[in-house]
Amino acid sequence: MKIKAPVKRPAKPSSGQGQENGGLTSKNFVSGQEVRWCPGCGDYSILKQMQTVLPQIGVDKKDIVFISGIGCSSRFPYYLDTYGMHSIHGRAPAIASGLKATRPELSVWIVTGDGDGLSIGGNHMAHALRRNFDVNIMLFNNEIYGLTKGQYSPTSKMDTITKSTPLGSLDHPFNPAAFAMGADGTFIARSMDRDPKHLQAMLKRSHEHKGTSFLEIYQNCNIFNDGAFFDFSEKDRKMHNALFVEHGNPMVFGMENELGVRLDGTKPEVVKLSDGYALDDLWIHDEYDAIKSNILIRMESLNTTDQDVPRPFGVLFSAQRSNYEVLLEQQIDFAIGQKGKGDLDALIAGNETWVIE
Amino acid sequence: MNNVIEEKQNVVVKFAGDSGDGMQLVGTQFTNNTAAVGHDLGTFPDFPAEIRAPQGTLPGVSGFQIHFGSTSVYTPGDSCDVLVAMNAAALKSNLQNVQKGGILILNTSGFDTRNLKLSGYETNPLNEGELTGYLVYKIDITKLTREALLDVEMGVRDKDRSKNMFVLGFIYWLYNRKPENTIQFIEQKFKSKPEVKEANIKALKAGYNYGDITEAFSSRFKVKPAKMAPGTYRGITGNPALALGLIAAAQKSGLQLFYGTYPITPASDVLHELARHKNFGIKTFQAEDEIAAVCSAVGAAFGGNLGVTGTSGPGLALKAEAMGLAVMLELPLVILNVQRAGPSTGLPTKTEQSDLLQAYYGRNGECPMPIIASSTPSSCFDAAFQAVKIAIEHMTPVIVLSDGYIANGAEPWKFPKSADLGEINTKKVTSKENEEKFMPYLRDENLVRQWAVPGTEGFEHRIGGLEKDDITGNVSYDPDNHQKMVKIREAKIEKIADFIPEQNVDSGKEKGKVLVLGWGSTFGAIKSAVVDLLSEGYEVAHAHVTYIKPFPKNLGKLMSQFDKVLIPEINNGQLVRLIRDRYLIDAVPYNKIKGTPITKLELKEKILEVYSEIG
Ligand code: SF4
Repeated sequence: MKIKAPVKRPAKPSSGQGQENGGLTSKNFVSGQEVRWCPGCGDYSILKQMQTVLPQIGVDKKDIVFISGIGCSSRFPYYLDTYGMHSIHGRAPAIASGLKATRPELSVWIVTGDGDGLSIGGNHMAHALRRNFDVNIMLFNNEIYGLTKGQYSPTSKMDTITKSTPLGSLDHPFNPAAFAMGADGTFIARSMDRDPKHLQAMLKRSHEHKGTSFLEIYQNCNIFNDGAFFDFSEKDRKMHNALFVEHGNPMVFGMENELGVRLDGTKPEVVKLSDGYALDDLWIHDEYDAIKSNILIRMESLNTTDQDVPRPFGVLFSAQRSNYEVLLEQQIDFAIGQKGKGDLDALIAGNETWVIE
Repeated sequence: MNNVIEEKQNVVVKFAGDSGDGMQLVGTQFTNNTAAVGHDLGTFPDFPAEIRAPQGTLPGVSGFQIHFGSTSVYTPGDSCDVLVAMNAAALKSNLQNVQKGGILILNTSGFDTRNLKLSGYETNPLNEGELTGYLVYKIDITKLTREALLDVEMGVRDKDRSKNMFVLGFIYWLYNRKPENTIQFIEQKFKSKPEVKEANIKALKAGYNYGDITEAFSSRFKVKPAKMAPGTYRGITGNPALALGLIAAAQKSGLQLFYGTYPITPASDVLHELARHKNFGIKTFQAEDEIAAVCSAVGAAFGGNLGVTGTSGPGLALKAEAMGLAVMLELPLVILNVQRAGPSTGLPTKTEQSDLLQAYYGRNGECPMPIIASSTPSSCFDAAFQAVKIAIEHMTPVIVLSDGYIANGAEPWKFPKSADLGEINTKKVTSKENEEKFMPYLRDENLVRQWAVPGTEGFEHRIGGLEKDDITGNVSYDPDNHQKMVKIREAKIEKIADFIPEQNVDSGKEKGKVLVLGWGSTFGAIKSAVVDLLSEGYEVAHAHVTYIKPFPKNLGKLMSQFDKVLIPEINNGQLVRLIRDRYLIDAVPYNKIKGTPITKLELKEKILEVYSEIG
């Protein structure tokens, strides 16, 4: 059987300039509430990039809503001067679903973490992804429970020693992007707190995607899991371990871009360009190719060579599929077209009435 | 032959058969016919929990009971005057509810060796003396139906499906009815299947004619139309009435109705009904679970819509945390709970009133929420409508309690005109009048905050589940503020007592010896018991509480006018606890927890017992 990846590609997205938003700047999005994360927490940078991007996306402040669950990340809405709700643990996608279903014109952002979004709220996450409401999910992954003071999370590596797992954690972790892929998400991207430019670009792409965008953001919890992602974020190690993919470009990385990823059939392998490989020989990233994206997202776990493979960042997959809220409105229009606009008195009377004199 | 026509005041008929025998259809058709000839009525369908329970067995029996008469009917009836049993299992599970001297109409082909064995009869009750004292009519319905359909082109199995229509035709004859409405129904339903249409109509007529031509039946019955208040009526069951009440309230408030729910017995029909009326702009959302269902409704409410969720007991437990969020956010939200017997999965298809304390207390923290209870199928309309009104005008989640008995029972309903329904005014803000910062938790004289919905310029604000600072709504850990906010939230709900009707006495005087105080689906049983006792000269009265939180302001005073207050409930004593706690009176509980309604007779006995204890 031939599996066909979606071929319809959106026009190249515009980057959206500040002017479109009535000249707002990032300052207009600061709520004034005292920010209460630990000093040095990666959340600060994410907040800053969000406040930078919001004036650029061309949406009125009044039409933007942030909905979060519970956890360090979920304090996010308090610090943005938009509409916002800090809800209950794990349920932000469900709340956002009801909001978007009834108010399709709003720009709805869901802020969650690895515990909130993949543990207690894993069910809602999966269903939001498959329904494909046009909302943006930002999952701050710090591979730890911060707010409850340092237990392992569903993305913690096996054998993680924490207060709740003094002998090491036993469960195999989630790969959030693979989770999203498994739930038939239509936009899957990864970025990190310590790369402001890249994060801003990914936030914009999330906004531009028409459907549920799932953006995993590696976020350093300097209190309970310091350095979890330093392999990918710190200058000396980043070039070697992080692969920044872009649609249509070959996958190269390394200090001097001297390394590349090649596909041998369905097997990814890391090659040295100095070994005679041209850029054309490398894997050219196609974010609309579901099969290749699956391989890309799972590159690490699929790796059977003794070489390390890099961790991909960027838009890992994107596809177009109808949005739930649009279909819902269409059904209503259809019903009105068929039966006419509802008449309350006729409805209350029903089909069979009788009169008592 | 000339039959004698006997006149009756009230009759209870039960149709019982295998779940595949089409007894529910027979019941609803007979109900419509009964309503159309002007009787008052009440019905009670009871069906197996399993979708396809094994054929011929006791758990597979499906029944439909209808009580109709020329006087007021308040319940589906304690015991039957007529039982139609399509097989041995149907007889076995219903015989104890047939009055001595009652009529049994038995389908003889349902009493073969296999059926007898499956139903646990050791000997055939048709042949033994077991049925003496009843008027027994043995009819081979299967055979007669097949004969009537001899010239219809279809297989025997398909023909046998029409035997319920034979039964219905025969009952129409027995009660002197015209079968026209059913013929119309069949013509409509099987428009595209001419042979099925023909078979059903033929079977119906054959059943009717069978009564006419056979000599076995000496009498037919006639029941005069009831003296009901003049007006236009329709038949209604509880769940559709809830749905209609919501739709009406949405229109009256000018809000879009969003119903987020997860399928659960016996509440799913509310979803089914609402989903049929998308042309009213209603959005229904079948969520992934009960929690997502209520959360989606909270999201819709935050967006300025009428957010509603519906469920039954186990689902209410799952929704508790999000309901608490709605209390904290002070957003309008309606939660329908069509109760069933618990705990846990309990008896999903059986009725119980055992979620009252869950509705009242079942959330973390101090989490007050208004509770409205429907008491009959048609009262579900008002309950839903009033719940929406309170939710929107007082910015609070509201729970509506119904139950399986009300949900599936039918009664005639003198329905309202939309113009006569009250208005519902939202607390929405539209535009800013000054540059001052919006204070989300600033309240009016009724302690109600404003509703600022996304998309409204200048009102951008954040709310959440953390404790709120009074007025500003900012997160606050201040101890004094927390105490203040807990008190304000409670006071806000208590204030609603100023806006709900005072408690009335349904039957009897406002002073006397025993007040029977009920809520929910015990209405019919209490009313008929009290009406009986009043006519026998006892100083009793019946009051039925619709508003359980807050209680009507005069309730305490009303109860104090009686020597004793008796509270019958289909649970282990829940309203009685709330009443004792609130009013410090020695209310007497009467509890039945069998998954079935309280009957008039057992209640009368209890009332008399309490009565006799008063000096
Ligand atoms: S505990 Fe960790 S994640 Fe939470 S605020 Fe502190 S540094 Fe950030």
